[in-house]
Amino acid sequence: MSHFFTYSILTATVVTALGLAAPFLLAALGETVGQRSGVINLGVDGIMLLSAFATYFTALKTGNLFFAILVGMGVGAVMGVVTAFISVTLKAEQGISGIGIYLFGLGFSDLLFIKLVGTPLPINTLNPINIPLLDRIPAIGGMFFKQTILVYVAFLLVPVVTFLLNRTTFGMKIRAAGENPAAADSVGVNVARIRWQAVLIGCTLAGLAGAALLLFDGIFQENLTQSEGFIAVALVYFGAWRPVGVMGGSVLYGLAIAVVLEWKSLGIIPLSASDLAATAPAVITVLALLTVARRFRQPAALGKPYERGG
Amino acid sequence: MQMNRMRKAALVLAAVGMALGTAAYASGASATTRESSAPQGLSTLKVALVAPSATNDLAFTQSMYSALETLKGTEKLQISVSANEYVVSQAADIIETYAHEGYNLIIAHGSQYGSIIEQLAPKFPKVSFAWGTAGATFGMKNVFAYEANSNEGGYVQGYMAALLSKSKVLGICGPIATGDAKLYVDGFVDGAKAAAAANNYKVTAHTVYTGSFSDNSLMASCAKTFVGNGADVLTGSSQSVVGAIGVAKSDHKLWFGTQWNQSSLAPHNVVSSQVYNWVPILKQMFTAIRGGTLGDATYVIGLGNGGEKINFNKGYTLSASVKTEAAKLIAEITDGSITVPQ
Repeated sequence: MSHFFTYSILTATVVTALGLAAPFLLAALGETVGQRSGVINLGVDGIMLLSAFATYFTALKTGNLFFAILVGMGVGAVMGVVTAFISVTLKAEQGISGIGIYLFGLGFSDLLFIKLVGTPLPINTLNPINIPLLDRIPAIGGMFFKQTILVYVAFLLVPVVTFLLNRTTFGMKIRAAGENPAAADSVGVNVARIRWQAVLIGCTLAGLAGAALLLFDGIFQENLTQSEGFIAVALVYFGAWRPVGVMGGSVLYGLAIAVVLEWKSLGIIPLSASDLAATAPAVITVLALLTVARRFRQPAALGKPYERGG
Repeated sequence: MQMNRMRKAALVLAAVGMALGTAAYASGASATTRESSAPQGLSTLKVALVAPSATNDLAFTQSMYSALETLKGTEKLQISVSANEYVVSQAADIIETYAHEGYNLIIAHGSQYGSIIEQLAPKFPKVSFAWGTAGATFGMKNVFAYEANSNEGGYVQGYMAALLSKSKVLGICGPIATGDAKLYVDGFVDGAKAAAAANNYKVTAHTVYTGSFSDNSLMASCAKTFVGNGADVLTGSSQSVVGAIGVAKSDHKLWFGTQWNQSSLAPHNVVSSQVYNWVPILKQMFTAIRGGTLGDATYVIGLGNGGEKINFNKGYTLSASVKTEAAKLIAEITDGSITVPQ
């Protein structure tokens, strides 16, 4: 255990934790926006899978990671159109349609991978970017300021989404659509349009999350996400529909995974307990959900299709 | 009324999504090919290969597939392949189907298939089954087992890794601690320790088993963790090492491969690969089957019988002294003057 508490190992653990947290954070921030407007999207995982494959395939063929990320986000946006059409325009039961989108993403991404790629080949990953001066801060500089661009983007989006939701007219309309769509409608807010926009933002961020996940390891495989999209949905509840809370949950989850990996690597967790330890992040998240989520109230119209005069 | 129609349409759309996803999943998950490459006749053997990954995985499955392809003409084989059968229950269905279709030999290429063979073999006494890597035939007359003494090549490569490492920290990614994967990992660690003892320095060998033969992503995360901990030489076993090799490539670390030649994945980072050659033991199985013996024998490949070979990557300039040490070890293991512990 003493090996773990050395500066180099702790730094490596935190760097890994933040890298692992970024996809959760991006997906959960997007889901937060969508849920604040009243739309719950259980298809996040499927969208992440499709976007991750699109990012992987583009990077494999072009070698251009920036372009690959844009393609991944584009796929997320396209899936956002599908999601919004089903959930908002057609007013389908959101849980069921989300599961449909998830299954489609799971199966179709695997099908494309088998047919278009076959043998998994590694692609380049994003290089860390050192933030001048900040990366030299004793103790924490190496942990927090030597990350990839997508990690910085994920954490910078926390204040951006907070500002969007709490300090802008658009954010106020999103919240109104999620809390009391009839009242919002009565003062001239186009609830359907607002929900469409919120879902599009959410799914685009889910696409970015898929790209971030893919570029963390530089490899695609069947069911790459391993249900990370569902964890992201759970983290929205954990974070009480607030970006800062969502960030806290994402970091906690990323840290739990990174610590387990590190402890396995250092032999702190014996081989016999290895499989049990792998469940630790999920157990921690569930416990955290149980203790935190009940204190907060979800958006009143969450999951309820809005029908004028209904 | 219009709203109800729209809701129905939405439900239909969701159902179509699910159906499409499920269908795509089912069709994309595995690939079965049948080929007839030898004239039908009494001497033709119908052989089916069921494997957990693609036939060009640069690892475990490719080693067996290539061996069968090599022998196809000379041994008069009619080969069917079912690849990417990483879901064991689906593999069971396929193995049973092959057995019903009267294949002479069904090769279940993966230690995860052991329980399936144990259950199915008694139902088809005229069909020969082979499974590996493991040593157990379950005492059945129609089950062959095959093993790879991967610890031998692992020992040689671990020895080289310790010599080449500057940080003297090595990272070893294993899938599940069983079969040839565990043997390789143990051999690699033993080799590294032997080099450290011979040269009077300390080597740290970090080992992680991911718990999966197919999780490339987790294997890559393990490799990243090792690199973060100072490892400058990495290795790993199973078909899930591709992501870890990518980490070695992007972080400019050295990689030692096993099961197949992995140089093409990182031409400047792969030092060498232990390559499996199943041809000698497959020939023995075919001869036995043609002679009326359907199983109850275990075959082993190793450096000594030509079933394993250390392939040095020409794209990596290995120092002459390390290569000489490796050649010496290979010769000593081959002639039996060194026995690598199992």
